[in-house]
Amino acid sequence: MSDKKKELKPNTYKFDTLSLHAGYQPHKNAGSRQVPIYQTTSYLFDDVDHAAALFNLERGGHIYSRISNPTVGVLEERVASLEGGTAALATSSGMSAIFLAVMTLCEAGDHLVVSSQLYGGTVNLFRLTLPKFGIKCTFVKPRDTEGFKKAIQKNTKGIFGELVGNPGNEIMNMPEIAKIAHDAGIPLMVDATYQTPYLCKPFEHGADIVIHSLTKWMAGHGSSMAGILVEGGKFDWMQNDKFPTMTKPYEGYHGLSFAEEFGPTAFTMKARAEGMRDFGPCLSPQNAWNVLQGIETLSVRMKKHCSNAEEMVKYLMNHESVAWVSHPSVPDHPDHELAKKLLPNGRGSMIAFGIKGGKEAGVAFINNVKLASHLANVGDTRTLVIHPASGTHSQMDEATLKFAGLSHDMIRLSVGIEDIEDIKNDFEVGFRAARKPRLVSNQ
Amino acid sequence: MKFKVNNSEVYASTGGRPFDKKKPLIIFVHGSGLTHMTWVLQTRYFAFHGYNALAIDLPGHGLSGGESLKSIEEMADWVAAVIDAVGHKEASLVGHSQGCLVTVECTSRYPDKIKTLSLMGGAGAIPMNPQLLSLAENNDPKAVDLMMDWAHGPAGHFGGHPVPGLYHINTGTMLAKSRTIQNTLGVDFRACDNYKNGFEAAKKIKCPTLSILATDDKMCPVKEGKKLASLIEGSQIDIIDNCGHMMLLEEADRVLTVLKKFITTNYPPLSS
Repeated sequence: MSDKKKELKPNTYKFDTLSLHAGYQPHKNAGSRQVPIYQTTSYLFDDVDHAAALFNLERGGHIYSRISNPTVGVLEERVASLEGGTAALATSSGMSAIFLAVMTLCEAGDHLVVSSQLYGGTVNLFRLTLPKFGIKCTFVKPRDTEGFKKAIQKNTKGIFGELVGNPGNEIMNMPEIAKIAHDAGIPLMVDATYQTPYLCKPFEHGADIVIHSLTKWMAGHGSSMAGILVEGGKFDWMQNDKFPTMTKPYEGYHGLSFAEEFGPTAFTMKARAEGMRDFGPCLSPQNAWNVLQGIETLSVRMKKHCSNAEEMVKYLMNHESVAWVSHPSVPDHPDHELAKKLLPNGRGSMIAFGIKGGKEAGVAFINNVKLASHLANVGDTRTLVIHPASGTHSQMDEATLKFAGLSHDMIRLSVGIEDIEDIKNDFEVGFRAARKPRLVSNQ
Repeated sequence: MKFKVNNSEVYASTGGRPFDKKKPLIIFVHGSGLTHMTWVLQTRYFAFHGYNALAIDLPGHGLSGGESLKSIEEMADWVAAVIDAVGHKEASLVGHSQGCLVTVECTSRYPDKIKTLSLMGGAGAIPMNPQLLSLAENNDPKAVDLMMDWAHGPAGHFGGHPVPGLYHINTGTMLAKSRTIQNTLGVDFRACDNYKNGFEAAKKIKCPTLSILATDDKMCPVKEGKKLASLIEGSQIDIIDNCGHMMLLEEADRVLTVLKKFITTNYPPLSS
């Protein structure tokens, strides 16, 4: 270790290399270059002592695929490495990852402060389902940074939000909201599905738990459902008495204190040991493998998604049929400057725009585009469109729609990686139909 | 558990079992800038199999109070004081990296107290790269990043943690950054750099000793570990392939298996 002239630089692997290799060692898997799919429910114990050690968290290893699986484990380590996290836990969907995170953090009687601009399913979880478990939430508009502070109560256990709100593209001021959370001794949980770690690493901006629906850009090909929670490892669970299930002896594991024993990985250890055991939202090894294939090309795809999105923003802003365009790359977007700071590698491929002619025009547009797919997903390699007020957010009443920042003329566009001219040509067909909705609907 | 040594509070993980004075004592001593948490995949096993397994946080580290000790000799005396503080007369010591320097020095100074010695990634001396030492003493987080880079072997750089979902380079980084770098890593690196008595201390050791070394260890290469072991009478050596300096995480299962055989043979547990 002696070289006085050369400046020392860490040679840990970079993003693109980790996307292909992290979490996997071929020499421990019969030399298989590709990650094997461990299609099995359970794993042999060496002897009774080995079995007891695994059940008691004395040794690392696999017991039953509801709790962990080697293929899924590669995915978990890969995403943890890309996010700069200490640990990760993959689940069967993004929604189950959010539920698992909340149930690992909270008990009946607890409270969360939650951004109001969320995917409709997430809104329903926080607004309707969690109260059934005795967990209440206060919703705050994502740009109302001071509102997050005011909403914190004695029993508040965390703040949750989507980094870029769905579908309105409002950006949470993550560094400031993280400071508010930390000053109150609670963690910040961020759903960063729209960004992927290629566009933003929330831990670098103060987040403590990051959640992804891997179904979207991470897997990228619209083939597989998956979710994940990732732990940053900085949050000190022992700083106060707000998190007794993390810090006090846990009856379920012979009096184990997760925070004392596992420190920077305590949250993930508890989520797995308790949550996967009791709720069981496990990810199938086949779907984990499919997501791994997507992650191998994540940076390549995200560059194309973002460049296509910026082209589409320019096209839409200059189009006679478009009333307004919301994307963080637009200079007059309220969060344009914040986006430059938080999303330096690209502003993402989600665009919201208003179509002239309101709901009727929107319906005609959706019904007439051919290349763009009308469906309830985002982050596919293919371009996707939906009318939120009649689709993803259709379970909301009028008042909730308004609070969520939605309007009846809004089209949500997830820009794919097709040739940009083909996307524009397809939109021209939709816009032509939208200008003559009655004629088209009579065809 | 918490107790006091030299009027300062000490934290030690007991591996998830209550401390029981009737059981033989194993003390695990962590490496530079790290904490008791590096031992989680070894301590819990021993704690549930007839031992008091104490993974200590050195003063000023992890959850322990006080300031970091400035020399390996002070740390060695402190470890001996821990044995007294918890009401035992003897212990088995396990050290990693800097913890090897500390436990070698402690065993040479207190031969009657130490019953077995297990060294992981050990050497008789650990001279520090001047740039790395300077970065750590100036509180530069790059010191931690460099340490984690060098401390993991090529295979370990890809992950492969034995506990599903954990990514050990980032976990180690968080442990090393959990307190002020210059007050932990900086002080520890300087203590390692200053320590010159390792080989002389090794010659005095008479208790059963095991050295676990790793082929891809850049911090304490195999040849340095062998040199140290050659000076300890009857020392055993176990070499792990495809593994770096962080063997207690990179190859936790292999380490535990070797450690279990060595300690239970030479320092039996309390039978239930």
